[in-house]
Amino acid sequence: MKRFFLSVLTVVTLVAAPLRADVDIQEISSPMGFKAWLVEDHTHPFMALRIGFKGGASLDRPEKRGAVSLMMALLEEGTGDLDAREFAREVDELAASFSFDASGDSVSISARMLSENRDAAIALLKGALTAPSFEQSAIDRVRGQVVSIIGSDLKDPDAIARTAFNAAAFGDHPYGSALEGTLESVGALTREDILNAHRDTMARDRVFISAVGDITADELGALIDDLLADLPETGAAMPERVEVALEPGVTVVEYDTPQSVALFGHRGIKRDDPDFFAAFIASTILGGGGFESRLMDEVRDKRGLTYGVYSYLSPREHAEMVLGQVASANDRIGAAIEVIKDEWARIANEGVTQEELDATKTYLTGAYPLRFDGNAPIARILMGMQMGELPIDYINTRNDKVNEVTLEHINRVIKEVYLPDELHFTVVGKPDGL
Amino acid sequence: MRFGLRMAGPVLALLAAPISAFAEITRFDEQVSTFDLDNGMEVVVIEDHRAPVVVHMMWYRAGSADEQPGVSGVAHFLEHLLFKATDNMEAGEFSKTVAANGGSDNAFTSYDYTAYFQRVASDRLELMMQMEADRMVNLRLTEADILTEREVIIEERNQRTENDPNALFGEQASAALYMNHRYGVPVIGWRHEMETLELPDTLEYYEQFYAPNNAILIVAGDVTPQEVKEMAERHYGPLKANPDLEPRARPQEPVHNVERRLVFEDPRVSQPYVRRSYLAPERDSEDQKTAAALMLGANLLGDGQTSFMTQKLQFEDKTAVFATAYYRGTSLDDTSFTTIVVPVPGVSLSEAEAQMDAVLEEFMETPIDQAHLARIKSQMRASRIYAKDNVQGLANSYGRALTSGLTIADILAWPDVVENITEEDIKTAMRTVLNNKSSVTGWLTSGREAAQ
Repeated sequence: MKRFFLSVLTVVTLVAAPLRADVDIQEISSPMGFKAWLVEDHTHPFMALRIGFKGGASLDRPEKRGAVSLMMALLEEGTGDLDAREFAREVDELAASFSFDASGDSVSISARMLSENRDAAIALLKGALTAPSFEQSAIDRVRGQVVSIIGSDLKDPDAIARTAFNAAAFGDHPYGSALEGTLESVGALTREDILNAHRDTMARDRVFISAVGDITADELGALIDDLLADLPETGAAMPERVEVALEPGVTVVEYDTPQSVALFGHRGIKRDDPDFFAAFIASTILGGGGFESRLMDEVRDKRGLTYGVYSYLSPREHAEMVLGQVASANDRIGAAIEVIKDEWARIANEGVTQEELDATKTYLTGAYPLRFDGNAPIARILMGMQMGELPIDYINTRNDKVNEVTLEHINRVIKEVYLPDELHFTVVGKPDGL
Repeated sequence: MRFGLRMAGPVLALLAAPISAFAEITRFDEQVSTFDLDNGMEVVVIEDHRAPVVVHMMWYRAGSADEQPGVSGVAHFLEHLLFKATDNMEAGEFSKTVAANGGSDNAFTSYDYTAYFQRVASDRLELMMQMEADRMVNLRLTEADILTEREVIIEERNQRTENDPNALFGEQASAALYMNHRYGVPVIGWRHEMETLELPDTLEYYEQFYAPNNAILIVAGDVTPQEVKEMAERHYGPLKANPDLEPRARPQEPVHNVERRLVFEDPRVSQPYVRRSYLAPERDSEDQKTAAALMLGANLLGDGQTSFMTQKLQFEDKTAVFATAYYRGTSLDDTSFTTIVVPVPGVSLSEAEAQMDAVLEEFMETPIDQAHLARIKSQMRASRIYAKDNVQGLANSYGRALTSGLTIADILAWPDVVENITEEDIKTAMRTVLNNKSSVTGWLTSGREAAQ
């Protein structure tokens, strides 16, 4: 039998001061006045570029659910003289890549391009962003794909749970329905609806830009002006705020599948609340990713009731929630839900311990600088910071904000944020005894 | 629009490092170096000094296809159990220690490998090596671990497979394609065998395969090969090789001489489709040309908006919502080449299959679009530049290749092999592979379409 070990574990886990992320962000202002955040890094001859517009799929007009999402999917389907296939061919030829995404709070473009092809790649991207063709044949073809996805979601337990949960929480607000739309709403969309969705969402008064990689501030300024000058000054009014309307208790959506999926949650806390960091640490202790959370320990490691369980804070533009998810076989989901309820009550009643607080601070502050390792991830983080209206020096102050949270503070905030009497579960499956 | 089917600083040297005369560092390029330890462990270092981060990965040349008959899922079960107690650590202490150091950790199992990784600040690398070396040889499992964790892997199977008709269909199709090889058995295991996995099953696999001479250490990030070498010799160097490790000779496929067909019905299916997999050769060390030709062939045929199938079926005939072809060349034994057609509403699966056949035939008879081939090759050149931005991704691709019978020399030669592939190479390789007698054609339906 093989045996070897140096018993210095306890020595090394006395953690040294965490690293600081070494990310030098410049805020640049283009000649036309666009602001952008840039991290110059000339190690590799390419750049990651992100363009984001606040508002997103929640700007769908009444009865036009799915228009913004379909519009974003159509941006790569042709511009000017280029039809969908010619556009794809040109992008491939330049070895660039563009992706176009819609979410409830924004639409965004993520691009990467080799330095040697930058001008040609930006010319193509400009066409897609500011002069998309939206040809009827492309609309019909891509609509067919979206309809197929919506159809699949109608039979997917996770998607069924998401749809039912969001409808219960947000009703008629755009957050209350899937951004892809319904078979009926997408089926009825016209080219005019797509053009409206484009005008409503992609305007200069709501744009954010981040670039990371092989480009200078001057080059970026000129590039942005070229790329975005043709966009309209303003778009649709931003959506209204919405209050979470979930009722406490368990709602079951019957669906014939062996494993039940449960989504759970209640109202939450705003991202700019002074107590946010305390709530964020508490959320990590209760249900954070990885193997260390109370929920993973109690539901998975001790009882084997699930493969994965987690919970998190969801502060969105127009509403905030505390959310979670678990999946267990139909005859065991009831037990999993009981354990989650108990843990929700335990953290609300007893708070967390100094030991848990210290360990979680060490984890969060140590993990933070590890995110900044590559052009694409840094560009994504810079976009999130700008959309969240965080200051440009946030990366340098974030760990201090985590470290400042005391046991007294976090345990006060937990009582305000974790509300066992309000916890709602939406369960999809054939759960026993629920 | 893209459419997819849903199918998830230097450490102080505490000890004088014994520098072996044999452990020379070989540097392949500005990023990649390698050396071996005396006990047979292979070490690869991929450098990126832009952020103070390192990914530490331990890859074992053992996956589900190395299991004995009757204990399917044991490789993956053991992967879960490696987070339990050792002689020196409590159950859960490994991940807890990684987290306490600001890191994250996880593991994964496939047919040909099992891998464990941690992502940490580069000054915590030595601690990772110390703990990974410990659990390579000092695992201490209990009956209670087995009982609880077995429930977890069954819930994992529920989540990944039982709740998803696409996954159930894929499992049946693989079982039909491989008549003799363990690639026909799912990595997660057949449910009835998972339910009976016991402590001795896991220990037998552990004793056989978890040894330095069956492992590849990959360290990627802000670290130098010399630093890795000193630490690796300290922590992994003293581990004893397993002298009884056999060469990996799994049962191979016989000649296939009949086409297999299956219809999988499940009321949870919303979008029916046809999928055909052909048995295909994999990349072999110093013999990668056929695989490179098949990869390019799959790209030309069915990857992206400008591919042959997409042009014909989505743009011209408008009979498919989606069509694709793919080939996964990195595999220890025979792999597969797969084509999928997802018909538009109103087109039956038999019509979709007829269109698949027609488009394959037309592809083979039509001269290859040289501009398209050139575009694919230039994208592959660019992808190597983009790949340098993501060392964790690079570490993964090295790990997969090295546990699939390839060498670093093969990995580095691959771009040139691809570059030199001609139209004739592609056609020759595809002509051999696209043989219906070594294929499985499957229809996935909700049960309503089958009557059409």
